Amino acid sequence: MSTLTTTLPPAGIQITTDSATEPFWQAAKENRLVAPRCADCGTFRLPPSPFCPNCQSQNVDWVTLSGRATVFSFSIVNGVPGQPELTLAAVVVDLPDAPGARLVSNVVDTDPDTVRIGTPLTVDFVEIADGWKLPVFRVDPAAESAPLSGT
Amino acid sequence: MSASGPFDTAIVGVGATPYYRRGGSAPQTITELAGKAILAACEDAGLSVRDIDGFAYYSGAGAGYGQSMDTATFMETLGIPEVTFSAALTSGGGGSAGSIGLARAAILAGDATVVVTVMALQQVKQRLGTVFGAVAPSPENSFLQPSGLVGPGHLMSVLARRHMHDYGTRREAFAEIALSSRANALTRPKAIMRTPLTLDDYFNARMIADPLCLFDFCLETEGAVAVLTTSAERARDLRRTPVGVVAAAHGGVREWGRAFAWYGMPDEYFASSGHAPIARRLYDKAGITPDDIDVALIYDHFTPMVLMQLEDYGFCKKGEGGPFVESGAIRYKGGSIPVNTHGGQLSEAYIIGMTHIVEGVEQIRGTAVNQVPDAKLALVTGGPATLPVSGLILGQMA
Repeated sequence: MSTLTTTLPPAGIQITTDSATEPFWQAAKENRLVAPRCADCGTFRLPPSPFCPNCQSQNVDWVTLSGRATVFSFSIVNGVPGQPELTLAAVVVDLPDAPGARLVSNVVDTDPDTVRIGTPLTVDFVEIADGWKLPVFRVDPAAESAPLSGT
Repeated sequence: MSASGPFDTAIVGVGATPYYRRGGSAPQTITELAGKAILAACEDAGLSVRDIDGFAYYSGAGAGYGQSMDTATFMETLGIPEVTFSAALTSGGGGSAGSIGLARAAILAGDATVVVTVMALQQVKQRLGTVFGAVAPSPENSFLQPSGLVGPGHLMSVLARRHMHDYGTRREAFAEIALSSRANALTRPKAIMRTPLTLDDYFNARMIADPLCLFDFCLETEGAVAVLTTSAERARDLRRTPVGVVAAAHGGVREWGRAFAWYGMPDEYFASSGHAPIARRLYDKAGITPDDIDVALIYDHFTPMVLMQLEDYGFCKKGEGGPFVESGAIRYKGGSIPVNTHGGQLSEAYIIGMTHIVEGVEQIRGTAVNQVPDAKLALVTGGPATLPVSGLILGQMA
């Protein structure tokens, strides 16, 4: 078994927010994964942005998601500057309850050789710099035996 | 306009510094490197630097990563008396080929007569390979940077993975692009990499961002390249055989957008290069098909993006790029469409797309080191990257 996957050293991960993205990160502090859904046409979008790209509305409902996700694509990063020993499973995930929106994240605590497109995941939260929390993903043991349809 | 001309504008001069490995161009400055390239392009064209009255940049006039170029500084240091046009395409390397279209637009509008496009870069303050990991956090990149995808190759490895999944593309295809480029560089006096690359070398290399290894990544080099564009009428009186601007296009569609900086591309765009709309416009403008292209200078920051551009430019069907390159189709010797006869950014030097324009000019002039016999039309591309991406078709003047 290879070294288990991790994240960048969490204390060094910094984020910044603006008026469009702040609710996403405030919800993460409460261990909730949320996504903005246009209050007029229902289109989800990530990253959060000031306008709905479908209808240009600025009205948003912040929807709390189940935290389930599937791997749309991924890369296994072997070492980053200053941390040559790190193994990261960097993933782009589809969110089944926010269709059309994707997140870029990490799958943690797994054997990098087992990550596949379509692998079912569930969200977790890691404390990072300045009191924020970062959504990351773990392989979903409940869904693994009955995988979601591969994307 | 058609591929047989007459053309309205032409490239009349190209110039470059030597190419250096990272750190090797010191103690020259960005302005010094760019100035040397501009003067060399003027010498090539038989023009005085005082004839330059326009600047058409890309990358927002950025010079590599975190440095910039400035028209007033060039005027002051090179003694250019008056400038009547100074503009840049937005975003990054995706605009390299399209910057010649910006020069053309200035000339056709009557806003300038001799327009220079220049790129210079040094990689000591910031190297390409980790540029995305090093920038300050922003609200936008806070949705990307924490993942540890620290450089553009890391980001594009995610697209490569999806292409492998969707179409069965093999690492052997990426290897062939690296090996073919290296074979072309072996005969190039200025190439940084001049030792043969084998399939064993490729498969034994460090996996930087699996599925991509060291040899899938372009070089981190330094130097400067400048290109001079003028009207077709004026071009006929200059020193070198003019190279016609057959067609130029930049832009792209919202579905590609910021590409691997947002990853929101719908499935049918994700494992692509974002160039399909550019290809369509270029071929329409030129009145040609991919079969008419004699040599393709394809922006090669990372091997899979060459493969996906070959698909988007119609040299093979979507999804068939892997078998297409594995068949030897892109080889200078024996291929059906020779690609990156100069060794590209993978093996000659990475100057953010400019070396591809130079090679396109030399192929059409008939003076390339690895000359494609009787090359009449050359395709040059910029990107794939955050929009705009761009393309350029160069041809022999009628």
